[in-house]
Amino acid sequence: MKEPEIEDLKTVLKYALPAVNDSELQRDLWPAMLQRLDQSAIRVPWWDWALLAALAGALCFLPGMIPALLYQL
Amino acid sequence: MELLERFAAGDVDAFESLFRQHQGEVYRWIMRIVRNTAVAEDLTVETFWRMYRAHASFDQAKGNCGAWLRRIASNVAIDHLRHARREVPLPDDLPATAKQPLAEQLAMRHEIIRAVNKLSPRVRAVVLLALVEEEPYERIAEALGISESAVKVRVFRGVRILRKTLSQAGVHP
Repeated sequence: MKEPEIEDLKTVLKYALPAVNDSELQRDLWPAMLQRLDQSAIRVPWWDWALLAALAGALCFLPGMIPALLYQL
Repeated sequence: MELLERFAAGDVDAFESLFRQHQGEVYRWIMRIVRNTAVAEDLTVETFWRMYRAHASFDQAKGNCGAWLRRIASNVAIDHLRHARREVPLPDDLPATAKQPLAEQLAMRHEIIRAVNKLSPRVRAVVLLALVEEEPYERIAEALGISESAVKVRVFRGVRILRKTLSQAGVHP
């Protein structure tokens, strides 16, 4: 492909999509970052919930496990 | 202790300093790929979140923080293009020219943007960075973690597809 063909396409692209390389950030994003960090700190992974649900289910259906579990604790 | 060293050790204050130093640069880089301010802001936070999670694996000896962030930002932006399938928005300003009526200009712009949106996310990102934003190939290569020749291949592929799509739509660059 010839260089002028690329240059022509560049002109066409810039006509429809002007360069945004001078766009500046309009606000400080640190508060949003802090919020993200806080959310992650209290987020419990789904498998932890699944394990808890499985344990609760097992205790409901097999109450005989409770003394054994307490003994292990 | 150096800022990067403290960050690598998980110090949040060091992370905040790095965030404030680089947020503008990361935002501008992402903006060049996604071309939407709200999305670029969200993806900037996502980029730093990924950086924070990977703090322990940051090798200060290997390279600078800016380059590492650009690499993460490029991956985040390309992931966004891949999953969201969001179209590149039309710019608000439409300078009228004497040669073409406004409706015709709008239709032509829609065709060009539609052609760009048809490119795969990886090719689209390179085309936007190289041809629209005129970023040097070397910088694009570093940010995408590929060689300069791979960037040239993607530009070539993008140009070929765009020319074909545009000529089928009656737009001749």
